[in-house]
Amino acid sequence: MQEHNIYLYILIMFGVSYVIRVLPLTLIRKPIKNRFVQSFLYYVPYVTLAVMTFPAITEATQSPIAGLVALIVGIVAAWFGASLFQVAVTCCGIVLVLELFLC
Amino acid sequence: MRNSEYSITLQENKKAFRDGLRDGLPIGLGYFAVSFSLGIMAKRAGLNPFQGFLASLLCNASAGEYAGFSLIMVQASYIEVAIMTFIANARYLLMSCALSQKMKPSLSLVHRLAVGYDVTDEIFAISIGRKGWLNPNYNYGAIAIAAPCWSIGTAVGCLAGNLMPLRLVSAFSVALYGMFLAIIIPPVRKDKVIGVIIAVCFAGSFLAGYLPGISKLSSGTRTILLTVVISSVAAILFPRGQEEQPS
Repeated sequence: MQEHNIYLYILIMFGVSYVIRVLPLTLIRKPIKNRFVQSFLYYVPYVTLAVMTFPAITEATQSPIAGLVALIVGIVAAWFGASLFQVAVTCCGIVLVLELFLC
Repeated sequence: MRNSEYSITLQENKKAFRDGLRDGLPIGLGYFAVSFSLGIMAKRAGLNPFQGFLASLLCNASAGEYAGFSLIMVQASYIEVAIMTFIANARYLLMSCALSQKMKPSLSLVHRLAVGYDVTDEIFAISIGRKGWLNPNYNYGAIAIAAPCWSIGTAVGCLAGNLMPLRLVSAFSVALYGMFLAIIIPPVRKDKVIGVIIAVCFAGSFLAGYLPGISKLSSGTRTILLTVVISSVAAILFPRGQEEQPS
């Protein structure tokens, strides 16, 4: 397998991330009219984040059960309006405590 | 004089910058914890602390960087990394579209290029919350706190991920998923369709790990496929109106 250059990977990630943000800011002065494109873009953040969250969260922890409980507690905390920081810390705390017993 | 309208030497612009610093502080603190977890991921992908720092300083994207690192870990092709970065960051395209409507039409290109450097979920949210035309100095204030926290947190995660006991690494590694949940769950209260879609995503993502053919693909490619398919179907079944934007 060919060894890839990490700096080139980072440069590509930077280029794509920056262009995505700057193109609309510099070019688009009117709202997007196409309903499909608009709807597609509306759903993309939720879909991509949801797909990346499960089942990955159960694979990130030593015990899959701890990951699963962190997922459920995180959903409940976010539902009841906990901030980004609070949800993240709560999930960490749950895993830390549960793995004392599970591992 | 329109180019000097947002000069930092003006009193009102200094105030906007200070407002940005104030609102950026809690964001920066949150970023530090989350990027620490991202740093652990960067380390697993084979990045050293400087590379983790550089990636975060340049990209300013949680999901995008996470997706990128997961592909770097399996030595994916450059094209795959570019496509995945695009997909994972596609929401910033939409946010920047919304933000462009908030900018005074005469706002200079330099300011547009600079604000675009750090359009994230959180900075987008506080920018949209401002009254009237967006003063770029407000964003510069928020960025001045948030961006260093994000990149230094990544480097520290890369470094300390080594030294920490496995138990702590395991706990910290879910911070990122907690952040994802904090972004996708609250809108479900107002829009049940998003809740249904999230459930479909969880099930689809789980099944894709077992289905013949699809399970052979890299996890990054599976994410691209699932995102495009589910978002397209959702856009056809539940089209959105003109005025709606995610917040």
